[in-house]
Amino acid sequence: MSDYSLPNPGTIEAVVSDEPRGTLLETLHEWVITVDHKRLGILYILYSTFFLLVAGAEALFIRIQLAFPHNHFLSAQVYNRFFTMHGTTMVFLVGMPFLFGFGNYVVPLQIGARDMAFPRLNAFSFWLTAFGGLLLYYSFLGGGGLYGVGNAPDVGWFAYAPLTARSFSPGHATDYWALALIVSGFGTFGTAINIIATVVSMRCKGMTLMRMPLFTWLMLVVSMLTLVTITPLTAAQFMLLIDRYLGGHFFDTQAGGSSLIWIHFFWIFGHPEVYVLVLPAFAIANEIIPVFSRKAIFGYPAMVAASVGIMFVSLSVWAHHMFTVGMTSTSNAFFTLSTMLVGVPTGIKIFNWIATLWGGRIRFTTPMLFCIGFLFQFLIAGLTGIMLSVSPWDWQLHNSYFVIAHFHYVLVGAVVFCIFAALYFWYPKATGRLMNETLGKWHFWLFLIGFHITFDTMHFLGLLGMPRSIYTYQPDRGWNFLNLVVSLGGMVQGVAVLIFAYNFIASLFQGEIAGDDPWDAWTLEWTTSSPPPVYNFEEPPEVHSRRPLWDLKHPDDPDWEYEA
Amino acid sequence: MQAKRIGRLARFGSVAAWLWLTSSMLAQGPQRVPSTLAPASTPAHQIFDLSVFVVSITGGIFLVVGGLLAVALFRFRARKSDSLAEPAQIYGSTQIELAWTVIPVLIVVVLFLTTARIIFAIQDAPKPTAALDVTAIGHQFWWEFRYPKYGVVTANELHIPVSGNAASRPTFLTLTSADVNHSFWVPQLAGKTDLIANHINTMWLDPNTPGLYLGQCAQFCGTQHALMLLRVYVDTPEQFDAWIKSQQQPGRQDSAVAAGRKVFETQACMNCHTVSGTSATGRFGPDLTHLMSRATLASGAMDNTPENLREWIKSPDSFKRGALMPAMQLSDEQLDQVTAYLETLK
Repeated sequence: MSDYSLPNPGTIEAVVSDEPRGTLLETLHEWVITVDHKRLGILYILYSTFFLLVAGAEALFIRIQLAFPHNHFLSAQVYNRFFTMHGTTMVFLVGMPFLFGFGNYVVPLQIGARDMAFPRLNAFSFWLTAFGGLLLYYSFLGGGGLYGVGNAPDVGWFAYAPLTARSFSPGHATDYWALALIVSGFGTFGTAINIIATVVSMRCKGMTLMRMPLFTWLMLVVSMLTLVTITPLTAAQFMLLIDRYLGGHFFDTQAGGSSLIWIHFFWIFGHPEVYVLVLPAFAIANEIIPVFSRKAIFGYPAMVAASVGIMFVSLSVWAHHMFTVGMTSTSNAFFTLSTMLVGVPTGIKIFNWIATLWGGRIRFTTPMLFCIGFLFQFLIAGLTGIMLSVSPWDWQLHNSYFVIAHFHYVLVGAVVFCIFAALYFWYPKATGRLMNETLGKWHFWLFLIGFHITFDTMHFLGLLGMPRSIYTYQPDRGWNFLNLVVSLGGMVQGVAVLIFAYNFIASLFQGEIAGDDPWDAWTLEWTTSSPPPVYNFEEPPEVHSRRPLWDLKHPDDPDWEYEA
Repeated sequence: MQAKRIGRLARFGSVAAWLWLTSSMLAQGPQRVPSTLAPASTPAHQIFDLSVFVVSITGGIFLVVGGLLAVALFRFRARKSDSLAEPAQIYGSTQIELAWTVIPVLIVVVLFLTTARIIFAIQDAPKPTAALDVTAIGHQFWWEFRYPKYGVVTANELHIPVSGNAASRPTFLTLTSADVNHSFWVPQLAGKTDLIANHINTMWLDPNTPGLYLGQCAQFCGTQHALMLLRVYVDTPEQFDAWIKSQQQPGRQDSAVAAGRKVFETQACMNCHTVSGTSATGRFGPDLTHLMSRATLASGAMDNTPENLREWIKSPDSFKRGALMPAMQLSDEQLDQVTAYLETLK
């Protein structure tokens, strides 16, 4: 299985040994041609960190504009471009690449494999994703069409037809949007297939499916879900381009087409996409919470079942984004019920995490703090999700700031918090150095405070009737003060992320040397050196339980005696 | 009964809290908060009562689960005095896990049944014969309202009768769009319903107190989505009848402003706008027959004053960049004339 011949990148070993590095150009060249899963994982993570800063800056521009009523900081067109690009970037160029980056880096190490199943496909997928992102941002330069129609996508990240038709969106901005998502979507397919193949066929000796670390389990589930969800999006983008250039009428309401077809396609992609983003967050929490509670995860089989359950249920809830488009009362009732049912497996997960904490010895390190923030915020996000599933109430809340608050609770409060947790947790493995804990705690507390100032307040704006996607608002609606508060919270988050960025770079040079296993953890990636050699493990490992390192550290009390 | 009283109490409490939060701290002139917490029509009331029920259940869950989480974090924090050994490893418990699977299922059943009742009550409510029919058509970036039974067409400011206990007269809206998707949302009166081209939606309102209710488009519809504002005037039956009568009149003819009318009808204005009783029959823009009966221009973007009107005609972009009305490059004289003409369209 592992006897394909790979070009030997060599630099990681050079860091470990004292051989001189190549020139900058040689190093760069090695990174570009690499097929090593660890380097590709790092490339994914650097790429998404970059776009996190870009999309974060866009968010701050949005919030400056909305800090005051009738503000003229951004024009309507620029504002619309920024919120479209913010959403598109965060979902496709930040969320997914981050999570696939961690998947790429960690999964082969956790299952004791030498690399991914298809290393070349892995590199190809990364570069597709990377160039998809560049294509999207090139629209700022190349998207200009007719005079005054804008030069970046400005149709919302949901891009409801027929606003995307050529008659309503002239110029090429929308084309860049569609093509960029098609290109990066194919990259996503490649990585998803690769992770599935790796997990299915590359596990080391003794690692049965029910002994896989939960992180790996969830990445498998996410990859399967990705294959199902990206497909309708890609199909819809092709239909959109056919409409725009080949005279198609899928979404052309003037010629008998249907806007609802787009909306269905988009949310058949869009809702499971939320789980594509949030399941890896669960995956990260599943690794970090047990390590810093010093206890095995509570109810492993139930956690696996709940994850697979969420995957299936998530495919049947998309139309809860469509309670206001005029479905029949029976359809509304059905999607209310299916959406509420998501609460059952997610509830199981939250209870199991609390049970993992219960009776442990909790160490409040930076990665653990971010996971604790995640637990509280995900609990609230789940409960506001229940509120939104109540379709009559959704008729009020839909497309209001309440919805914005809810999904930022999921995507920032859960996903971004877990991404930060994972960065602090696996950084020492990837670089050999720990990130600074003091700066990490500053980052955590500032980000937490800023997060709550911003997104807690947004719920109330929604209840007071403020709709989303508006570049300005009237001063007589009672939204002024709350909007100012939201914007100030955004600035606090911005400062926190800058601290993180500094810590991320500075620790590379000044961080404390980590050693193989700085957290006293239990999965296979901590048995090899930090950073791991190109071949990962000197000898193929063999495992007898879910926590091979626990067995090594506690030979008198190994896990396999207890695991069901 | 008890639940109803709690609901009323909660409603009073939250409305009071919000009045305090929104008026005392941020007062900048008169505030008209389009709050979902101050319902003034049956669908909005039913939704509000349901939301109080849902919040009480989810709030309970939050207290229990969040409390357990906080207790766990506090009680089981690592202490310096801890021994070096690891804590006892517990791998799971079928009974406990079964319990926290079954309890959420029961909660879901209760929430779903309560919700389903309200879905059917609002969405499938029978239409009384006395109901008023209005057709709402969304445009980039304004609202067209047509009263088919009365032959009245207006824009951006919807007038409907109050529907009190004395005379129940709900308004049934038929909604569609002329271009992209929009959404009709007046939070105090009902939840929102989308306006979609090639697709007919319906909704109903029965406001119980006369007055002005604000809302706006709630589905992103292009550049000026933010200035697609919406005003609903709830009139007493007498006011409403008088309003209908005045709207049914053809456009006023005043020879003093004949020059302005000529500009209107010889420049491109008439291609998009209607003034009934004249040769202007365009339907692309708002009907201007009774423009002066409206309080705002450009779908709520500005107050309807002669100065604003003149500036708006001169350069729509300076108020609402991206609005589809072109600047007609009229001379100052023509601008004065056409403004004077429009000012007579009471």
